[in-house]
Amino acid sequence: MAAPSHIEYSLFLADNALILGHRNSEWTGHGPILEQDIALSNIALDLIGQARWLYQHAARLCNESGAATRVTEDSLAYGRDSWDFRNCLLVEQANGDWGKTILRQFLFSAWQYYYFGALRWSRDGDLAAVAEKSVKEVTYHLRWSSEWVIRLGDGTAESHERMVRAVDQLWRFTGELFVPAPYELDLISSGIAVDPASVKDQWMQKVGEVFTEAQLTASAFSATPAIYPAGGGKKGVHTEQLGYLLAEMQFLQRAYPNCEW
Amino acid sequence: MLAEINDPEVPVLSVVDLGIIRDIRINPDPTGAGRDEVEIVITPTYNGCPAMDTIRMNIRMMMLARGYANVKLTTVLSPAWTTDWMSEKGKEKLLEYGIAPPLPVQQVCHPGLFRMEEAIPCPRCRSYHTERISEFGSTACKALYRCKDCGEPFDYFKCH
Repeated sequence: MAAPSHIEYSLFLADNALILGHRNSEWTGHGPILEQDIALSNIALDLIGQARWLYQHAARLCNESGAATRVTEDSLAYGRDSWDFRNCLLVEQANGDWGKTILRQFLFSAWQYYYFGALRWSRDGDLAAVAEKSVKEVTYHLRWSSEWVIRLGDGTAESHERMVRAVDQLWRFTGELFVPAPYELDLISSGIAVDPASVKDQWMQKVGEVFTEAQLTASAFSATPAIYPAGGGKKGVHTEQLGYLLAEMQFLQRAYPNCEW
Repeated sequence: MLAEINDPEVPVLSVVDLGIIRDIRINPDPTGAGRDEVEIVITPTYNGCPAMDTIRMNIRMMMLARGYANVKLTTVLSPAWTTDWMSEKGKEKLLEYGIAPPLPVQQVCHPGLFRMEEAIPCPRCRSYHTERISEFGSTACKALYRCKDCGEPFDYFKCH
């Protein structure tokens, strides 16, 4: 029987992927040029694919531990409210301009790259398999977003200024990624969860390298990822951005429960 | 039989060419009534590959049509699919179809920046004088290239 923290941890991983996948999908048909529209839509697809495996896993754990009503990947994605979501605050932030979207993807992909790299050795074989599969896709996401951060940061005066603004808007949400939530603490010693603090140095080094090349080190960037004081998505205390996202994403299932087509 | 099931997104390739069929097992009927189960184990090329549902359905339909009613389809993620598992015949079919097949020596995507992978030959004129337009193409498994000699834009079934 799965511990509640094990379910919560699976949801944390799934929610990150779903929410960022949904955010990226908001760009579909609106990208600055066709190739990049396709690129971001592809990344959205990869993330939603990850989310599906992870929700199926969480649903299996819920049902095995005797949940009162049968849980499915859909009920988890469309039937929970903001405070039930465990995604980090970074992924729920609104798209803003292309620069902000790119930066959000870069900060997250860099984290996911190292974090999933370590999760491949999880004692939970299903999570390890998702990590092994995903890290190959995330490598592409990381390279693509890094190159864009550099292109824009070290680009024109306008693109540079926008990237500086993006760092200013997003850096405050990075600290949370490296502070374990209670359910992570519960699972680290049993080898199921990755200790998020263990990937912090690698992440800082990667971000530092890319920011240096992108001429972005004089921005809100600092040697320590910053903690947003009022909340913590991993604990279910979200910014208002998530509510709007869920209202749109869940609308159909809320209005017509269990509808299929 | 499975060689008759095509990838709906790259219809020249069968699921066998793609290398996504990982195992086929016959599970004996525990009641002894002789209704043995055929279990087909498949793996997705990419996590979010939207063709998987169609592929699963097509396999089930074909098995039914051939009289195998008791079929179980299992999906596994590990070991993760790699273009190494694509058959040589599959690679030839891709080339004929106008999609550059994955290179024989596999190079898994490297996180290094602005690094070009090995030159990809144009499927039309075979020139190596090509450039990458986008890391992401019309489906998750492909990247977009252009030939600088004959001008042909083409898909490359990217390293994975």
